[in-house]
Amino acid sequence: MPVLDTRLDTDDLTLTVVTEIDATPERAWQLWADHRQLEQWWGPPTWPATFHRHEFEPGGESRYFMTGPDGSKGHGWFTIVETDAPNRLVFKDGFAGDDGEPTDPEDYGTVTVTIEPAGDRTRMSVQTRFRSAEQLTAMTEMGMAEGMTEAMGQIDSLVAA
Amino acid sequence: MVVHGLSEDDADRIFHALADRTRRDIVTRVLHAEQSVSDLAERYSMSFAAVQKHVAVLERAGLVRKVRRGREQIVHAGLDVIHQAKSLLESYEHLWRHRVARIDALLAETDTTQGD
Repeated sequence: MPVLDTRLDTDDLTLTVVTEIDATPERAWQLWADHRQLEQWWGPPTWPATFHRHEFEPGGESRYFMTGPDGSKGHGWFTIVETDAPNRLVFKDGFAGDDGEPTDPEDYGTVTVTIEPAGDRTRMSVQTRFRSAEQLTAMTEMGMAEGMTEAMGQIDSLVAA
Repeated sequence: MVVHGLSEDDADRIFHALADRTRRDIVTRVLHAEQSVSDLAERYSMSFAAVQKHVAVLERAGLVRKVRRGREQIVHAGLDVIHQAKSLLESYEHLWRHRVARIDALLAETDTTQGD
């Protein structure tokens, strides 16, 4: 099931992605709780993620790295803030240095995941609150590795109108 | 890649500029057609000076450009910067669209026990 909606709120620098998936809420929860599953989707195929620490409980820490096509590594961390299985997960998501530890523990995005039944599917919304626009820039850079070529049409047509 | 054309300071200025409803509205209006500052001032229940101040914030962020034409100050959209800001957000959205596609693939692969 594709992404249903994405909403950007520039007032509080949040971006919310809403999706519906073909699974139960318990199954959706496992996508986050089980690091082996998380590894299969968190990083782009060209930058696969490896979680070498994943303490999935409030106050728990996660450490991961993504390996690029040229072997270079991008490190990241989570601190789990809240878990209410299988409905709500809140964690901090930030960048780490080559030693795998946060470059700046105060520089993170707060991610709130809400999982709820929607008919026989499950609706999952992921809201990221950025602390600065700079952080948003950095966070998109990994995604850029996949190459973004489409989606530029909208503004072009607006300009042409 | 256009995103890399934005420095971190540029990005912060853009977000600050867009974190206000009136300023977002001004950008939307001038994207459709150039407007004079006085045209814009008529549309909002605030003083000419207040509207001028909003335009100045947008101008510093590069989201609009202002040119003088006779006695009028004409406000244009700063298309290149708007384009860059938009692609920044789109690339984040893009990241998540791909994650969701991978989740779907993962679920399809491991969906052996669940009935539906």
